[in-house]
Amino acid sequence: MTESTPKPSGQLLNAPLLKRALLDALRKLNPLHQLKNPVMFVVWVCSAFVTLLWLHSLGGHGEARSGFILQIALWLWFTLFFANVAEALAEGRGKAQADALRGSRKDVIAKKLLKEGDRAWAPVEGSTLRVGDLVLVEAGDTIPLDGEVVEGISSVNEAAVTGESAPVIRESGGDRSAVTGGTEVLSDWIVIRISSNPGDSFLDRMIAMVEGAKRQKTPNEIALDILLASLTLIFLLAVATLLPFSQFAVKVTGLGLPITLTVLVALLVCLIPTTIGGLLSAIGIAGMDRMIRANVVSTSGRAVEAAGDVDVLLLDKTGTITLGNREAVAFVPAPGVTEAELADAAQLASLPDETPEGRSIVVLAKEACGLRERGLEKLHMSFVPFTAQTRMSGVDVEGRRIRKGASESVAAWIQAEGGEYPDEVRTASERIAREGGTPLVVAEMLPSAPGADLRRPWGGGRGGDVEAPQEPGGPTHRVLGVIHLKDIVKGGIRERFAELRRMGIKTVMVTGDNPLTAAAIAAEAGVDDFLAQATPERKLRLIRDYQAGGRLVAMTGDGTNDAPALAQADVAVAMNTGTQAAKEAGNMVDLDSNPTKLIEIVRIGKQMLMTRGSLTTFSIANDVAKYFAILPAAFLLTYPQLKALDLMRLHSPESAVLSAVIFNALIIVVLIPLALRGVKFRTLPAADLLRRNLFLYGLGGLAVPFIGIKAIDLLVVAMRLV
Amino acid sequence: MSPLLVILFLSLLAVCFLLGRPLGEYLGDVLEREPVPSARFLSILERRIYHLMGIEAGDRMDWRQYLGAVLAFNLVGFLFLLALLRLQQHLPLNPQGFGPMSWPLAFNTAMSFVTNTNWQAYSGETALSYLSQALGLTVQNFLSAATGIAVMAAVARGIRRRKATNLGSFWVDLVRVTLYVLLPLAVIFALFLVSQGVVQTWMPSVQALWLAPAAAGAPTHQVIALGPAASQIAIKMLGTNGGGFFGVNGAHPFENPTALSNLVQIVSILLLPAACCFTFGKLVRDRRQGWALFLAMSILLALGTGLAGWAEHRAVPALTQPGVVQTAGSLEGKEVRFGSESSVVWSTATTAASNGSVNAQHDAMAPLAGLSQMVLMQIGEVAFGGVGSGLYGMLIFVIIAVFVSGLMVGRTPEYLGKKVEAFDMKMAALVVLIPSVAVLVGTAATVMHGQVGQWISNPGPHGFSQILYAWSSAANNNGSAFAGLSADNTFLNIGLGIAMLLGRFAPIGAVLALAGSLASKKRTPPGPGTLPTHSLFFIGVLVGIVLLVGALTFLPALAVGPLAEHFAAF
Repeated sequence: MTESTPKPSGQLLNAPLLKRALLDALRKLNPLHQLKNPVMFVVWVCSAFVTLLWLHSLGGHGEARSGFILQIALWLWFTLFFANVAEALAEGRGKAQADALRGSRKDVIAKKLLKEGDRAWAPVEGSTLRVGDLVLVEAGDTIPLDGEVVEGISSVNEAAVTGESAPVIRESGGDRSAVTGGTEVLSDWIVIRISSNPGDSFLDRMIAMVEGAKRQKTPNEIALDILLASLTLIFLLAVATLLPFSQFAVKVTGLGLPITLTVLVALLVCLIPTTIGGLLSAIGIAGMDRMIRANVVSTSGRAVEAAGDVDVLLLDKTGTITLGNREAVAFVPAPGVTEAELADAAQLASLPDETPEGRSIVVLAKEACGLRERGLEKLHMSFVPFTAQTRMSGVDVEGRRIRKGASESVAAWIQAEGGEYPDEVRTASERIAREGGTPLVVAEMLPSAPGADLRRPWGGGRGGDVEAPQEPGGPTHRVLGVIHLKDIVKGGIRERFAELRRMGIKTVMVTGDNPLTAAAIAAEAGVDDFLAQATPERKLRLIRDYQAGGRLVAMTGDGTNDAPALAQADVAVAMNTGTQAAKEAGNMVDLDSNPTKLIEIVRIGKQMLMTRGSLTTFSIANDVAKYFAILPAAFLLTYPQLKALDLMRLHSPESAVLSAVIFNALIIVVLIPLALRGVKFRTLPAADLLRRNLFLYGLGGLAVPFIGIKAIDLLVVAMRLV
Repeated sequence: MSPLLVILFLSLLAVCFLLGRPLGEYLGDVLEREPVPSARFLSILERRIYHLMGIEAGDRMDWRQYLGAVLAFNLVGFLFLLALLRLQQHLPLNPQGFGPMSWPLAFNTAMSFVTNTNWQAYSGETALSYLSQALGLTVQNFLSAATGIAVMAAVARGIRRRKATNLGSFWVDLVRVTLYVLLPLAVIFALFLVSQGVVQTWMPSVQALWLAPAAAGAPTHQVIALGPAASQIAIKMLGTNGGGFFGVNGAHPFENPTALSNLVQIVSILLLPAACCFTFGKLVRDRRQGWALFLAMSILLALGTGLAGWAEHRAVPALTQPGVVQTAGSLEGKEVRFGSESSVVWSTATTAASNGSVNAQHDAMAPLAGLSQMVLMQIGEVAFGGVGSGLYGMLIFVIIAVFVSGLMVGRTPEYLGKKVEAFDMKMAALVVLIPSVAVLVGTAATVMHGQVGQWISNPGPHGFSQILYAWSSAANNNGSAFAGLSADNTFLNIGLGIAMLLGRFAPIGAVLALAGSLASKKRTPPGPGTLPTHSLFFIGVLVGIVLLVGALTFLPALAVGPLAEHFAAF
């Protein structure tokens, strides 16, 4: 089970997939299936009709050569079949994944707690559990259903869902309390409160999604359907009225015969937008598939499509724009203090501090002042951890107390003890904040009296030989200086934001920092705007303001306090590591929990729309050439002068009609890879993108069939099919 | 194509722009400013009218109420006109003593004038009393034009307003457009026409003796028709109505007497439709959009005129053989007073702009000139089109163009910040579909009719063109005709009448529903991701979509009509 991975191979086609798709495509020839797609349903009716015409022609009274009618009938069925293959191929990749996922959805025996607060349990079938039940899961057990950890902590293998085999920690309270059914507890135990009924779990939703079973048409798809259905109707009329027109022409000229039903039907199928009609559902399914391969589970196709429309991205500073950790980059000593003194104190204060920030101070002390790390045990020092009250941390070394913390906290500490807080330090702190850094002030308190010799034998601050003077006269306070901690903006992020800007997407950085710091980081990262000192309420208000201005907002979030904002945003990506509340509120879950994924999601959404638009244009533009092939052929005897329209100089009326029908069927096959892969995405302004795609698919759509039909005509003649 | 044609056409566009732009701005003021800055003196009259009608100047309507008012008002107009045509023998101002119109013809005529089509299956001078012409047809000429502009204004408001339901008041729009724009313009234009020799009198027709009988036994005298023509012709030209006072329309010397009247009338065909572009730009607070629409329409008209001009100036091989000199272009069926070029420009302008007046016989023009005229109608009368209606028709194509190109750039399509969604596409599709269906089904039904051979003057592909032209003209509310078709029979009177009805009010219903839907939406501010709808490139896309939809729908029909005729002759 743990080996199963929802990540399919990036390969577009492989033999088993193809085999499965071909079989599915045959099954989809069922007219009930075709009803969903008006364009393809018309093709089905046409194919059946021409087949009947062929059967009728076998009696020798057909309207045309029965071999010709048969070929047309076969190619019409092929048109339908090829469209089905496209859909089946797109679905096939999802189905393979769904099978893998289903393997992990086995029914397990759950340890249902009999009473809240009591560890006594009874074994029950996982499928009998309901929302609100409490379940004990111990090492080696499989979590029966989605839930929230209410007690305990354990490491969980979530590979079944995320494909990532490194275990993750799940614990009660906080932002890591959500567990997913089908995942496995590796160590310790947890009590979870079930949050979804069987059949409605995250895994179930994911299976439904990858299978495309629950796929609903997106708003744009519906609008496009309307356009395609209207075109189909128009062509149906144009072709249907051609019969009386042709009868009238025969009557007034006394030449030739009215157009045959076979040719009329062939013309109809060639004209209606079968190319896009046949590939439409494949494009939609493939889009969802690309999303899943990016390890994003979306709860609706609508959200995927909305992602393409997003014009504002709210990005959390930490983890998205900056690396999660800040790094010490400089020591700014207070007046009368050397940098080495400051570095030494800072290093001492940070030695027991295992946070990445603390580590970076030790590293800087070594790099900037050549201070080696000192062994903790030798110093007899005690660590003073950070508390919400003091908002400082530090060490006590033989009576000497070193503290580091935010400027205000240290000032308060020093001033409470009657010491002085130098203005220079205050200014330096402000300057660092303005530049986007975080100032960390270092101060010390000595048990000696003021007025005593402040120069102490630091001796370059070598470890082990610290001997603070123990002179009487009360404690001495000293502010040593400021450590400049800097947010590290991720490499390449600036370029990505510039790219987004070109696409017309505004980026907004959300951070709890003060406005000065936020502004500096925003400038460095190149975001368009920022929200400083963000609270859940302010975030929610910001989203509402943007939406009221007519914009579509996307955001990522993981905490319970993000839930309201996630629910409000148009595209809300919850991190898989996040809380159940966040996952419920969002409309997508990123299994990799990578906040930068949002940019990828926007890309996929846009690409899906672009593929549809481009193929629609291509499909409609194709019709021009088909008219030029079929119209002169249909009126060859009645109005021989219309031969002037036969720009392709096709061999004969029969070969012209057959070639057009064959082209119409084969072009679907040719475009299947494009439909599955999506058209190439480029970050260009809308106008440039349109110019490019219109040139490629509009003009291409005009030209390609002229060449294609001519080539097929030559082949058809060479193979003596007519 | 002759240089004269190019000069004539370009000056026509230039004049339409120079006059149309200020007129469009003024029309914009009329539609949204209270009181109209440059015409305060009319506001007393305006208030009187409201008082008389019992309406409040501030009435607000949602799209359903607006549509209801449009339909109710036009139904009353239709019934009134129908009664007038049936009862004219009992009413005054009937010096020739004309009897009632037959029911089918009266239905056809009343529908024709209410829908701004002005298809005429009768000749005015031999069928209608002066009262029917002046109180019936002329009044409808004003009101149908005002209806078109009112609907356009409602659509523009739908685009501009956000999260709103109110599209304005149809009654107020109707009164203001008529009072501030149509009436003053028509008065000035009528006076100009009178100065050129267009008749304006209540006197009965006069009898004139032939100087010499045309032939032995031929009548010795001629009836010269007169009547209140100038007042009707003024609004017929300005309001894209096109229904002539006399049967031969702008080719009649009393309807179009001089070279100057000919030129000014050509301008008057396009003036208000061109102005509507700029009005729209002003109403949606983005004048560039008005410019873009004007340009797109001009390009379509230029393509049509170019094709017709080229076809008309090509030497016909059948005539070259016997040595006919054809340097002046084809003069068959044309007023020699006006010549080939002005007839070509008039013919394409009148078919493009849903006017339908003629100064030559379109039936006699080269097959490809006829094709150009038909295509200009079949694309839905959007190259300038009817006053107001041409603009909202073109907006439908803008919506479709925006939809397809929006998908191509990977963004839900939007026009002027309004997202185009399924409902909007449904309405847009209806506007394009219904007239096309009417044209194709009507033409098919006619060619299948047992008596069709008696209605057409030419049995070959040209006869087919005559039928196709008639249905294209009726269903798109143009009103011009290939004169070769005898249209006064029950089948065509009723059929074409229904086509006119569908071609006018189904699109109005759909665009008002669309306006209601757009009005209720938020407005997305433009950014680099927004597709600009005023760029030259987009204008090209728009023109391409219009032609593609038109060509794809009608190419088979055109192939067995004008194309078959053309390739046989050349």
